Amino acid sequence: MSTTAPTDDRTSSGAPGPTGLARGLGLVSLALGIPAVAAPEDVARAVGASGDADSSSAARAMGLRELAAAAGLLTRSRSTPVWLWARVAGDAMDLVLLGRTLRTGTGPRGRTLAATAAVVGIGAVDLVAARRSGRAAATAAAGPRAGRPSEPGDLELTAAVTVRRTPQELYDFWRGLERLPSFMHHLQSVEWLDPARTRWTASAPVKGTVTWDAELVEDVPGEVVAWRSLPGADVDNSGSVRFTPAPGDRGTEVRVHLRYSVPGGRAGALVARLLGEEPHQQVEDDLRRFKQVMETGGVVRSDGTPEGTSARRHLLQHPGQPVAST
Amino acid sequence: MGRNSVEVVEVPDPTILDDRDAVVRVTSTAICGSDLHLYDGYVPEMKRGDVLGHEFMGEVVETGKGVGNLQVGDRVVVPFPIACGGCTQCRNGMTSICENSNPNAGMAEKLWGRATSGIFGYSHLTGGYAGGQAEFVRVPFADVGPMKVPSHLSDEQVLFLTDIFPTGYMGAELCDITEGDTIAVWGAGPGRPVRRRERLPARRPPRHRHRPLRLPARRRARQHARRDAQLRAGRRARRPAGDDRRTRSGRRHRRRRARGPPRQRAAALLRPGQAGHAGRDRARRGLRQAILACRNGGIVSVVGVYGGLMDKFPIGSLMNRSITLRGGQTHVHRYQHQLLERIEQGQIDPSFIITHRASLAEAPEMYETFKNKRDDCLKVVLTP
Repeated sequence: MSTTAPTDDRTSSGAPGPTGLARGLGLVSLALGIPAVAAPEDVARAVGASGDADSSSAARAMGLRELAAAAGLLTRSRSTPVWLWARVAGDAMDLVLLGRTLRTGTGPRGRTLAATAAVVGIGAVDLVAARRSGRAAATAAAGPRAGRPSEPGDLELTAAVTVRRTPQELYDFWRGLERLPSFMHHLQSVEWLDPARTRWTASAPVKGTVTWDAELVEDVPGEVVAWRSLPGADVDNSGSVRFTPAPGDRGTEVRVHLRYSVPGGRAGALVARLLGEEPHQQVEDDLRRFKQVMETGGVVRSDGTPEGTSARRHLLQHPGQPVAST
Repeated sequence: MGRNSVEVVEVPDPTILDDRDAVVRVTSTAICGSDLHLYDGYVPEMKRGDVLGHEFMGEVVETGKGVGNLQVGDRVVVPFPIACGGCTQCRNGMTSICENSNPNAGMAEKLWGRATSGIFGYSHLTGGYAGGQAEFVRVPFADVGPMKVPSHLSDEQVLFLTDIFPTGYMGAELCDITEGDTIAVWGAGPGRPVRRRERLPARRPPRHRHRPLRLPARRRARQHARRDAQLRAGRRARRPAGDDRRTRSGRRHRRRRARGPPRQRAAALLRPGQAGHAGRDRARRGLRQAILACRNGGIVSVVGVYGGLMDKFPIGSLMNRSITLRGGQTHVHRYQHQLLERIEQGQIDPSFIITHRASLAEAPEMYETFKNKRDDCLKVVLTP
């Protein structure tokens, strides 16, 4: 295809970079982690534990955990909420250990109590930071174009291709939505329910098929078609395709924008990917086939890929010899 | 089947999958030097059971509804790239980079950024199409590719219109040859040279650019060229004898009958893997050498088979000395008609490069013979 410019806009990863608070907590982790790893006996004694082999190895383990959290918070901006929640869990673990020290410890109880108070305080800060960061991620995920609050696992995809046809010809083909399955291979059918509504049936990796009803939300001849699923859809989704004349009489630039919630959320997306349903690749393949249909009259098939361009086929090519006729 | 192993086996007969398909009964097919890359295992995405062969011709035995230009019984040669004829590249005559004919374009894009056209029998990176070293072949876009050939020409005379004749021609054409230029050719196989162009002052009376060259004349030209090469040898990087061939300006013939040992050496330049890794590197070395040897402002044109990457690329030499580098898989469709005309007019008979003829059943031995250059093997033609 002459132009393919997919852009990943995975909404669930749209969390903001480390906020000041998260960075601060990362530094706290660093400050606690280094001494606990370097001199675990001293740290153990400082919180009122005995400083024997058991307590110092516990302190070293806690130190390593802190260093991991520090690394996560200071570097991995994408997963900041995860690391903040990890800190909350670590605080809980610390409290359990300190409680045990209070009951059985031989050292000065005052130190242990002070350490416990400190952990409770910082744990509260962790909890606030974690909750706040989770909300920020959800807000960012909604994005400027989404018509409803998005959930983690929503996917936005764009892809483009240049086709040697006029915008009007391409629009006309696409606007007959029932023809989409001829090049969108995961679609089984699109039927018109009435002049405004369509019923879509698609194959899905796990469930077999999914169906939904959709309505046209934008329809400008020769320029754009946009659709959106109606409430009650198996897969909540929306999409648009725009046709703009390419410069220098090069045909038409076709830009597709899709958003849908992946069934099963992120886990579902991962499973789909493992099954060869990488969403980007799928949209690119769709556009490649669209170009083939518009420029050559049909989907191009070879002996290795008898059903036409397909990412899944890339892994399991039929040998390059004539396919036995059925 | 695997590295260094081909077999002749029974496979299902091809059928029409698309309205624009035809099925061709193969009457002659050749083993291409590039098939040896597949044989050596240096081309990725080959699968057990792939049918090889992209130089073939034969008789149309079946056509799809959309193939109005061919009829059952027509005798055709089939270009090795598969081209749809409808995309921008095809319309511009660049059929080997057709945008639609490679259904595995996504695979090729991972390696090359963009894909090439589909190619018969040349790995799944170029579409996974069954090839023509077979009795029957499905030819997609048969309304675009196959060219009818007149009955008074023999198979051997026209078979090489499928690949190596246009390939050699394009390699020269990319050099924008003008009067007085000196051309050096690296890798003097039957048709897949790396060419270098040097613009030197004309030292001989100008000749008509398109004047066809017959064999004796070509020999003369080659002798001149060799003498020139010797004269200039002093200021050249050491180069094994036979690595370059020079021809006079404006020569439009593309085939050179290579000779014994020097040719083997030269062929190794473009036949990666023949001597293991060292051999594979020789192709790169040849290209570096061509760039370094090219005159300032000259053109280096690259045809043949290069699959992957190249290190130590002499970009400084290329850029500072205003050298142009061009390349491409051959846009066979663009050349086949004009070259057929030259054959018809008797200007050239490409069959002179054939050294071995065998039946399809003997293909495995022929691959071995060709690979090892036994018996001075230069070009093998198989008849099913």
